[in-house]
Amino acid sequence: MSVRHALLALLAEGPKYGLRLRQEFQAQTGEVWPLNVGQVYTTLHRLEKEGNVESDEVDGTQKRFRITAEGSRELQRWLHTPPDTDAPPRDELVIKVQVALRMPGVDVMELLQVHRRHMVEAMQRYTHLKAETPPGEVGLGLVIDAQLFRLEGIVRWLDAAEARLRHLPDQSWAASDVDLAPDTGSLRQRANALGGNR
Amino acid sequence: MSAVLELRTVSKVYGEGSAQVHALREVDVTVSSGELVAVMGPSGSGKSTLLTIAGSLEEPTAGEVLIGGNDISRMSGNDRARVRRRCIGFVFQDFNLLAGLTALENVALPLELDGLATKDARKAALSMLDELGLGERAAHFPDDLSGGERQRVAIARAVVGDRKLLLADEPTGALDSVNGEMVMRMLRAACKNGMAGVVVTHDAQLASWADRVVFIRDGRIVDQTRTPDGPETLLSTGSPS
Repeated sequence: MSVRHALLALLAEGPKYGLRLRQEFQAQTGEVWPLNVGQVYTTLHRLEKEGNVESDEVDGTQKRFRITAEGSRELQRWLHTPPDTDAPPRDELVIKVQVALRMPGVDVMELLQVHRRHMVEAMQRYTHLKAETPPGEVGLGLVIDAQLFRLEGIVRWLDAAEARLRHLPDQSWAASDVDLAPDTGSLRQRANALGGNR
Repeated sequence: MSAVLELRTVSKVYGEGSAQVHALREVDVTVSSGELVAVMGPSGSGKSTLLTIAGSLEEPTAGEVLIGGNDISRMSGNDRARVRRRCIGFVFQDFNLLAGLTALENVALPLELDGLATKDARKAALSMLDELGLGERAAHFPDDLSGGERQRVAIARAVVGDRKLLLADEPTGALDSVNGEMVMRMLRAACKNGMAGVVVTHDAQLASWADRVVFIRDGRIVDQTRTPDGPETLLSTGSPS
């Protein structure tokens, strides 16, 4: 979550004081990410140093901030830059399942189900919150949907993992040589090799 | 809250000898008034069989099926059909509306079959369609309605006339996310109003609308969710960077 760019976006609407920026940031994100005043001012001063915002002093102490042309360009650049999806993250759940495959006496299907249940329980809490959220609260709605899709992705991965293991001959996965620490380098090399073959 | 549906050690076997398939193995499920339960499992896990047996469309090989405390597996075919008409509403993935009848006639049909005068049946049907935001579409035929509207007509048909049990098989499978969410809000509301609901699905998003999720594998109930904590436990620890 980039506080820098969220503040730039709020300033793109017009000049604002730091306290108002904090209130608007929290309201826009459904009050999910608390932001302290210190964090707001530290970020604003950094933006000012970079030439992305300017400030003027009003009433002696309070500063009002406005976005510069450079800041608007930075905001546009950030909006249009896709998040990094190249390298698979070091996913704790993937590693747990890989470790379990190597461990004698662990029921991997049961393990997958334990995690599936936890994910679905979390999804129930978010969906029930969504059911009670008025349609006008767009910020919170977007956060809940994003979290639901993330959790659903994990459940679908668990389902796919189960199907993958079920299709192997009995227990043959238990003896297979599982790569415990996925090496993103080698995955990238394989992806590059596939790209080169096209 | 009283139990509306009880499956007691229900098993279902198809075929004979070496071709036998155990679709359900000693399944116990209880669903109470006011409760929406999701049965979640992959294709071939037995979830649709569970639904058809709960809805008395099929008979179990062993075990008991109680609806409102009455064992329907001991009833005559006619009595079972009456329970099905009066107490149970079905919602299917592909809507199952009669193409030659209008939305209003589709919703009124189960009431008329149950002996209600046409005029009264249509009045109740129109009021239910109104409640689901489809009053204006009552005179349209299913082919003239969108997928979301068709499924809302099917829900109106399933809940009209004071039914007790709502059974749904992948009810959002043919819908986009907006219409799917609308359908789940309606099913949830019907249960909050006192029906007992069972929805079978492979889809975690759909299942998460339920009060309780039951997991089925190879015809067995293997797990279920605990009572979810309130939403206040969410969204409290996140912090921006």
